[in-house]
Amino acid sequence: MQAAPEMQAPRKRKSRLDRGWHGYLFIAPFFVVFLIFGLYPIISTFQLSLQKWDGMMPAIQIGLRNYARIFGDQVFYLSLWNTIRIWFGNAIPQFGMALVLTAIFTFFRVRGKNFYRAVFYLPNLITATSVGLLFNLLLEGDHSPINQLLVTLGVSGAPISFFMNKTLTSGLVSFVQWWMWFGYTTVIILAGTTTVDKSLYEAAMVDGASKSQTFWKITIPLIQPTLVYLAITSFIGGMQLFDVPLTLSNNLGDPGKAVLTVSMYLYNQGFKNFNYGYSATISCVLFLFIAVMSGFAYKAMRRKDGMYKL
Amino acid sequence: MKPNKFRFSALTIRLLLIFLTVLCAVPFVVVFINSTHSSLDIIKQFNILPGDSLGENYQTMQSLVDIWRGFVNSVVITVPYTLLTGYFGAMIAYGFAKYRFRFKNVLYAIVLVSMMIPSQLSIIGFYRLCLNLKMTNSYLPFIIPGIANATTVFFLRGMIEQSISDSMIEAPRIEGCSEFGIFNRIVLPCIMPGVATMCIFNFVASWNAYMGPLIILQRKELYTMPVMISMIKGLYVTNYGAMYLAVAISVIPIMIVFAIFSRYIIDGLTTGSEK
Repeated sequence: MQAAPEMQAPRKRKSRLDRGWHGYLFIAPFFVVFLIFGLYPIISTFQLSLQKWDGMMPAIQIGLRNYARIFGDQVFYLSLWNTIRIWFGNAIPQFGMALVLTAIFTFFRVRGKNFYRAVFYLPNLITATSVGLLFNLLLEGDHSPINQLLVTLGVSGAPISFFMNKTLTSGLVSFVQWWMWFGYTTVIILAGTTTVDKSLYEAAMVDGASKSQTFWKITIPLIQPTLVYLAITSFIGGMQLFDVPLTLSNNLGDPGKAVLTVSMYLYNQGFKNFNYGYSATISCVLFLFIAVMSGFAYKAMRRKDGMYKL
Repeated sequence: MKPNKFRFSALTIRLLLIFLTVLCAVPFVVVFINSTHSSLDIIKQFNILPGDSLGENYQTMQSLVDIWRGFVNSVVITVPYTLLTGYFGAMIAYGFAKYRFRFKNVLYAIVLVSMMIPSQLSIIGFYRLCLNLKMTNSYLPFIIPGIANATTVFFLRGMIEQSISDSMIEAPRIEGCSEFGIFNRIVLPCIMPGVATMCIFNFVASWNAYMGPLIILQRKELYTMPVMISMIKGLYVTNYGAMYLAVAISVIPIMIVFAIFSRYIIDGLTTGSEK
């Protein structure tokens, strides 16, 4: 492989075309490492989903029995519903708040825009396990800082047992996720709006459009690709939710599995119950679910306005 | 637009922004303040001023779990991982940006697809791989994948195509500089700002990684910071002061990184998304 380009070299101009094999050399590390640490685990997970394996004894082929089991598994359905509900519970207010902030920063001259952007984005960088534990410390127990604050303010019903109530716990996981992500979403949407031509706004204003009309009719359609990208990546991330509910509640997703996510369930099946085969099946089904749903979402959101290509 | 209506909305805007700022900052402030109070103080009242129990909390914290051990372990994984993502990310991006070879588009499509794959879903296969390679209780499974960081490749390829002209490469080539030397001495220094930006993101991602280390590392003395943090609730029971201190210590490195590099981080985020 190395000799061939050398022999041709004197005839052609010395250009990047002649150095093709160097290209392979430069990109080779990616594919070597990706094959081992990226692709092999995927294939292995799929293989395992057709096997029974406890991590010690050799794996046994059991065909589609794990898949048959997952269809009747109420806990799996519950965990999937929990994951979707928690995601909706934070994605909708997250996008809502990000759009409100975008409108504010686009149409009003606010001092300290960069400061706010940085402050709102900070929670996104903090280790999720620390965030979960942090909010657990702030909330859990009758003497937690939040409860002390609520009692001092004379809120009726305080102190509140936050982690005894299913709806409340689920809402808190959504809230913590919102807290971690609204800043990120705002920064990305704001970046999307910088590509909008300012003269479009001026033209709209001259034509007598109000600020809200301009925002809905000009800004939103023009940043649609950014919104589609954000919605899909947020969904993919949200379906894999693991760290926050685990540290905010516990690894069972108490109370009553209210915040047991699919990732927590597959972790428990694998690394607590040593059903690695079944755990792999949960991974595969979730993967399929994510792929199908993001595909649909992409199509649906694109169809609305064919003018703007992603 | 009526002037008084505008003034009202300006006030609303100001209040909303202040409210959100407080909401983002207060949890951290409470953690830092409570880490200096005794557990009794913490359950007795809502503390606004720092206390004087930092030393005691520190001793309690260290007597149960050696947090610094977790800190060092996280550094030992994160630093080499980050350097690998930067160096190899640039090299791979350069290969895709400036060379022509067969199957380039197919190979690049693989890079892009690998970016979309939810990696947490192949965690069981990853575990099995590490068992087969006898790499459980090793940091290598978290360091080596730094070589194949698709996002870094994607970001830097765009940067190289924009900022490195072909003549910048051909001139040293005629001088007899090796291809590898051209990359190391000319391309890499030119795209260093982009490499640094990606390194900051990769540093944070690696520092925060939880599920992988939780599964692969079985010996307690190898635990990384996030794994340790997730376990301390069971260990410290009602030593609230010590728990707050541990959370504070886990949060501080990222806050320092952000305080220094927030500009680059936000700019990197912004340019990355505009593509």
